[in-house]
Amino acid sequence: MKLQTILDLPECKVLVKGNPDREISKVFCCDLLSIAMGKAPADCVWVTVMGNKNTLAVATLADAACIVLAEGIGMDEGTLEKAAEEGIAILTTELPVFDIALEIHEACRS
Amino acid sequence: MGDQLIFTYIIDGNDFTRAGEASSSVKNKLKMLGVSSEAIRKTAIAMYEGEINMVIHADGGTITVTISDTDITMILADKGPGIPDIDQAMQEGFSTAREEVRSLGFGAGMGLPNMKRYSDEMHIDTVIGQGTTITMKVNL
Repeated sequence: MKLQTILDLPECKVLVKGNPDREISKVFCCDLLSIAMGKAPADCVWVTVMGNKNTLAVATLADAACIVLAEGIGMDEGTLEKAAEEGIAILTTELPVFDIALEIHEACRS
Repeated sequence: MGDQLIFTYIIDGNDFTRAGEASSSVKNKLKMLGVSSEAIRKTAIAMYEGEINMVIHADGGTITVTISDTDITMILADKGPGIPDIDQAMQEGFSTAREEVRSLGFGAGMGLPNMKRYSDEMHIDTVIGQGTTITMKVNL
């Protein structure tokens, strides 16, 4: 499934659209960056409440396709610009981690 | 045997927000060289964990990356406090990271285990009070 499907989810606000044609692998949830670093699958949609610069660094290095910030968490402008350079999509939603992850999972299956 | 490419990075120990720039740079170089995405991912993860460790524990250091036809070798050298008990440090979940570091999402005690998992060879030389040098190799 392509990233565009996630960008189109009504519950999400797109902060950086990344590469909408990118094929995504699965949804992945984790807030501890050191665990995400080792376990996030390549091309995943990563749901987290950590919205700092290091989150983007981990996503870049682990080859995540997209970061979804749950619970209304945002990201500073500088980091968003960097995400655009790296081609990683950044979305934010008011939903809790589980709820948005379930939506993404179901979108991936349908 | 073809030519080797060698890159050296100075890691700033004071700026946590910049940690990862060296690893990103290596990742981009490997992409340009046409290295397989799996080898790039392994190198990027192993090196980033090392880079973060140098910032958290050792006030920075230097990383030398050598790319040959057969492998990517990363040598991470710091003048930090050294690792008193390597076996303990290698256990998943063991961490001596400060609270401020944990609040950023690090310090889960996964750094060294991830470095071992994602490299094909890893060797640690450490002297208490003098520093640590970690050599990691990813086969191509």
